[in-house]
Amino acid sequence: MITGTEYTRYDLDHSVPVFCTDPFSLSLQLLKMEKGKGVLGSRKWAVEFTDNSSTRDILDPPGFTRASPDQDDSSLTRQKKDAEANWKSQKAWEVAQAPFKNLMMMGFMMWMAGNTVHLFSIGITFSALWQPLSALQGVGKVFEPYKDNKVDLLAPKLLYIALNLGGMLLGVWKLNSLGLLPTHASDWVSSLSPAHEVEFSGGGAALY
Amino acid sequence: MAMAIKLSLILLLCLSSLLAPSFSLFEDQVGLMDWHQRYIGKVKHAVFHTQKAGRKRVLVSTEENVIASLDLRRGEIFWRHVLGPNDVVDKIDIALGKYVITLSSEGSILRAWNLPDGQMVWESFLSGSKYSKALLTVPSNLKVDLDSPIFVYSGGCLHAISSIDGEYLWKKDFAIESVDVHQLILSGGSDVVHAVGVTDSSQFDTYEIDVKNGGLLKHTSASFPGGVYGEILPVSGDRFVVLDASRSVVLLITVNNGATHLQQTHVSDLIHGSSENTVILPSKLSGIFSLRTDSCIVFVKVTDEGKLNVMEKVDKTVVVSDALALSEGEQAFALVQQGDSKIELSVRLVHDMSSNHLKETVKMDHERGFVHKIFINNYVRTDRSHGFRALIVMEDHSLLLLQQGEIVWTRDDGLASVIDVTTSELPVEKIGVSVAKVEHSLFEWLKGHMLKLKGTLMLATPDEVAAIQQIRLQSSQKNKMTRDHNGFRKLLILLTRAGKLYALHTGNGRVVWSTLLQSLRTTSQQQCAGLKLRQWQVPHHHALDNNPSVLVVGRCGLSLTSPSALSIVDAYTGKELQNLGPAEHSTVQVITLPFRDSTEQQLHLLIDADKRAHLYPTTPEAASIFQRESENVYWYSVESEAGILRGYGVKKTHSSEYSFEARNLWSIVFPAESEKIIATVTRKPNEVVHTQAKVIADEDVMYKYISKNMVFVATVSPKASGPIGSATPDESVLVVYLIDTVTGRILHRMTHLGSQGPVHAVLSENWVVYHYFNLRAHRYEMSVIEIYDQSRAENKDVLKLIVGKHNLTTPVSSYSRPEVTTKSQSYFFTHSVKAISVSSTAKGITSKHLLIGTIGDQVLALDKRFVDPRRSLNPTQAEKEEGLLPLTDALPIIPQSYVTHAFKVEGLRGIETIPAKLESTSLVFAYGVDLFYTRIAPSKTYDSLTEDFNYALLLLTIVALVIAIFVTWVLSERKDLQDKWR
Repeated sequence: MITGTEYTRYDLDHSVPVFCTDPFSLSLQLLKMEKGKGVLGSRKWAVEFTDNSSTRDILDPPGFTRASPDQDDSSLTRQKKDAEANWKSQKAWEVAQAPFKNLMMMGFMMWMAGNTVHLFSIGITFSALWQPLSALQGVGKVFEPYKDNKVDLLAPKLLYIALNLGGMLLGVWKLNSLGLLPTHASDWVSSLSPAHEVEFSGGGAALY
Repeated sequence: MAMAIKLSLILLLCLSSLLAPSFSLFEDQVGLMDWHQRYIGKVKHAVFHTQKAGRKRVLVSTEENVIASLDLRRGEIFWRHVLGPNDVVDKIDIALGKYVITLSSEGSILRAWNLPDGQMVWESFLSGSKYSKALLTVPSNLKVDLDSPIFVYSGGCLHAISSIDGEYLWKKDFAIESVDVHQLILSGGSDVVHAVGVTDSSQFDTYEIDVKNGGLLKHTSASFPGGVYGEILPVSGDRFVVLDASRSVVLLITVNNGATHLQQTHVSDLIHGSSENTVILPSKLSGIFSLRTDSCIVFVKVTDEGKLNVMEKVDKTVVVSDALALSEGEQAFALVQQGDSKIELSVRLVHDMSSNHLKETVKMDHERGFVHKIFINNYVRTDRSHGFRALIVMEDHSLLLLQQGEIVWTRDDGLASVIDVTTSELPVEKIGVSVAKVEHSLFEWLKGHMLKLKGTLMLATPDEVAAIQQIRLQSSQKNKMTRDHNGFRKLLILLTRAGKLYALHTGNGRVVWSTLLQSLRTTSQQQCAGLKLRQWQVPHHHALDNNPSVLVVGRCGLSLTSPSALSIVDAYTGKELQNLGPAEHSTVQVITLPFRDSTEQQLHLLIDADKRAHLYPTTPEAASIFQRESENVYWYSVESEAGILRGYGVKKTHSSEYSFEARNLWSIVFPAESEKIIATVTRKPNEVVHTQAKVIADEDVMYKYISKNMVFVATVSPKASGPIGSATPDESVLVVYLIDTVTGRILHRMTHLGSQGPVHAVLSENWVVYHYFNLRAHRYEMSVIEIYDQSRAENKDVLKLIVGKHNLTTPVSSYSRPEVTTKSQSYFFTHSVKAISVSSTAKGITSKHLLIGTIGDQVLALDKRFVDPRRSLNPTQAEKEEGLLPLTDALPIIPQSYVTHAFKVEGLRGIETIPAKLESTSLVFAYGVDLFYTRIAPSKTYDSLTEDFNYALLLLTIVALVIAIFVTWVLSERKDLQDKWR
């Protein structure tokens, strides 16, 4: 059984917005997630002191009456669950909007890189193409923590996808402005071999 | 996407090549991939300098107008001077024991060179009134007022010139008396020069001239009505022999006390039997002369009474040397008799003809042919007897020194007169190399690389540095006799003027084989010479078992209508596979057709003087291939004298299976009063062009007009066809044409006013670059014309190109009259030029370098981007990105871009470029009197690591990295464990 405290701890690990500038920080993020999981795994053997089921056969101390918490507990749980759903949907929207900041950052960096082909501009362009692509691949995973029957995740997901696609478009646009897309006639004929000649002619001045 | 990446890579390359000079070499890289060989050519005269000399040497003048001092011990060149192509060396001699005297340019230039180092001491120009034979006499022990005069007869005048400073002492003009002087004789001790000559070929004259002032002391003459043939030869101080005009009578002339006495003897009396084509050999032997006829050579002694006695009769192939004065006042001369794969050298004393003083038999490679000339020299042995050494010039122009029955050294000087060059691939490496060899080479390899590593890390001692350089220079890898992966190892096949084929290895320039072609050997009946060398069979797919072979086309005779000689030679062994000559037809043009038969033999058309085409190989298969393609085969002829270009096609009716009649299709007649053809240039037939599109700024495309059937013709006004300065700028007009040789259509015509030749040009892809002289600017200029196809310019719609709806791949016909546009630009160029060529690579992707043979006999690599007609004064940003250079008025000459670096290719005549398998690299072979070979990479070697790449360092880095990975892995494991226990 996973207790509330445990849950929030897990949550906190993931509440950091996914905000990366380059593949390196992205990998750092992934590393963090791994680490979080590792922490969870390492707590498998933890003794749950809050679980009091094992203390049933011990008599209650004098003056203490064990009240039945049933009614009280259910209203409390519902309240708690509502709050949690609210919080989850709020978080989901936050996550969905995260690529926007990323987009702005990317745009700024592309503007900085200029339109000449060199290592820096190519690196930025390819990371701009790669990042949305990987984000789109992991769209289910990103929203998994906020999965709930009461939370509607479709809208945040769509926003998330749209923003990432926007980022990708930005990358493609940059690729084109760098001249790396075959959109000109020259790209299609530059390696076209000369046409075959029908006639052959040879000769020249008389040999001496 | 791949295309885009490729494009960007090419762009990157262009950018990187912009930054640094495109070709340069470090000092320690000299000799790594280049070699240079020095030659002198066929020796005409040789003078020995052995007495009292520390370094024994022989001074030679050659048919390539070279004067050189050779080491007698090893045959190496001490020093050498190559005179200009018009400065023919007539005579050579030694004066005062320290000067080499040369008479050149038909006796008009006399020069003295310092004997030890070859520096010029003085030079005198001798003016004459008419053309005459040039004679030089350097008296050995004549002193006139502390000066030793040199006597030169040239231009109809006798000059006496001081040998100390080249000053004129006096001059005696013989032109007034219209005497043609044949001999200058200076009898020892007296102060009189005897000039012996002929007037109007019917009067014999002798003049006695005072050596002090040139005053005429005595003149005698005697007439003989028959006339004379050839030269007068002195037999002794007062006796001369000459042949009469009919060549059947020997005249003995005796000058005695002012009276000239003539005595006639019939040749048939001396030689019993046939006596056709009699000549008196020019060997000067005292009291003896030699007569050569078609059948034999006879030595005739002139007795004191004036009788002619035949002393000996030898075979006509015998070669006789000049007489050599020995110490005791006697004379010796040498005879060389040709045997089968050996020669017999015999030295005889003039006074004792009956026996051989010395007789030696020397083994001789029969590929060297006959002995052509012999020069002898003597030395005193320890037992005070005379030893002889002989310098022999062979039929293949090689030079040999014989001493004590052995060949001391040889020089392959035939390589100084290369006519044509082709290449051949080496055989493919066989599998199954022995293990020991591999281990050895592996060890050597590692050792070499460790040494290199030391060198890189600056740890090597000077000895090790020398060892590294040695390893680099003598890499066995580059001299292997097998094909290599990069295509650097090839055979260069050279045809020389002597009719000998040489195969040189490109690794170090050694001669792999050489063959004296039997079909091209000059005999007494006819003079044969090689014309062209073509690849005949290049085994590729079908006939891999066959060796490649080359076709040699020659001509036996001097006129254009002389029969041709053909032979096919195996490129690996030098064996003459087929000797097709002398063929019954003449050859004026050799056309390599772009067709091959099933055995990979290249089809050739040989055009004879009657405009008939002869097909080779003469096989039914070749005939059927040609019949099928004959509709589209054309040829053209350039008649420079007449100023006509004519185009021909094959007539349907043919005289025989392998010879075809021509039908004249078109002619272009240049007006004789205003234009004279001085240069025609076509594209190299084997040139590969990568693409028909040229991408220019802003991703725009221009379509090149790429046609192999294009000829560049340059004409000048007849007045300006002479040397520079012979015509005023107003009179001289240079007109250049680009002409389609199938239809005769003039694609482009341009006029350069006030310019004149000589024009050197190179045509490649869709451009032509030519070099000429601008009389108005007083400078040489280079112009470029680029020609573009306008009819394809519309192909710019990307969608249509993607789906393939364009006309770019449809075959082109010259009859479709493509619309062309041209762009051109001119630049000043500092040097005058001997030859222009262009680099060629396997796929034609790499950018091009122009290879310019400068007047200083060096080869300069000039990037083609400097001669781009789209250059402008202020290129836009996009144009700069494209690599377009701002326009300058002159082409820059970057000293580092001399391909020949420190060497000179003396007498440079041609530059040949051969593509290597590696796309970035082009092999360059420059030939003249010298040979030079190197590799160039116009866009740098972007597709391979450099020669001195340190593999050991790479290996070391990899090993270090692997170790580092392992160590860090162990460390991290340990840290993890500790973390878990915390």
